[in-house]
Amino acid sequence: MRNDANMDAFNSMDLCFDSRGENEGFARVAVSAFAVQLSPTLETLTDIKTAVSEAVTNCVVHAYREKTGKICISCRAYQDGRFFVTVRDEGCGIADIARAMEPFYTTQPECERSGMGFAVMQTFMDEVQVESRVGEGTCVTMMKHVQPLS
Amino acid sequence: MRHERLRDAVVVYLQGELDHHCAQGVRREMDALIEDRRVKTLIIDMEDMAFMDSSGIGVILGRYRALRERGGRVQVRRMNRQVRRVFNLSGMGQIIEVIDG
Repeated sequence: MRNDANMDAFNSMDLCFDSRGENEGFARVAVSAFAVQLSPTLETLTDIKTAVSEAVTNCVVHAYREKTGKICISCRAYQDGRFFVTVRDEGCGIADIARAMEPFYTTQPECERSGMGFAVMQTFMDEVQVESRVGEGTCVTMMKHVQPLS
Repeated sequence: MRHERLRDAVVVYLQGELDHHCAQGVRREMDALIEDRRVKTLIIDMEDMAFMDSSGIGVILGRYRALRERGGRVQVRRMNRQVRRVFNLSGMGQIIEVIDG
């Protein structure tokens, strides 16, 4: 996925917060508030909100588990309407990314996890890319086509 | 959580947003209501629920399993578009009755 770092992003936002459950709601509201300036439809905005909720929840329940660590979100908005959200943690990492992304696969069935987190991200966003190193952390980058600036 | 008892059914009215953070409380409240074994049907009304992520799937499926064990069932009604998409993605539509109107 072409990210272009910060190169031609016309606007960007970076946010770091503790991996606490109450920040799940904060994260999705903050990202959607930032995305509003691209004039997305309400549906697109809801899609972004849903995907962010899943990515942040993964950090809270899987990456850090009982510990508390930092979750960092970066948003990049491009003139051509692409909107990138990156959710990064320094948690346990994912050994088998392909398996983790399989629908219904979960390491915590006893907690009534649905195993649908990545499937939701892939459905609600246009592209999802996951990079991870065991013991170092995970970085999920998601892209949504919003609306080119006129 | 507002709820209504109708003979052998309980209707729960979910409000606001259902994510991992809120899931535990919602799960506990629903379980307290279906603890009464005379309850055979749990009806989850989502008219006032603005948002749900995949944590909601776990909550609904968990109650479905508990009730199924005693011959009961779960029905879901009045989902908004976003909630319905998450719900359908999970395949729950195949096993959980959706009633609308």
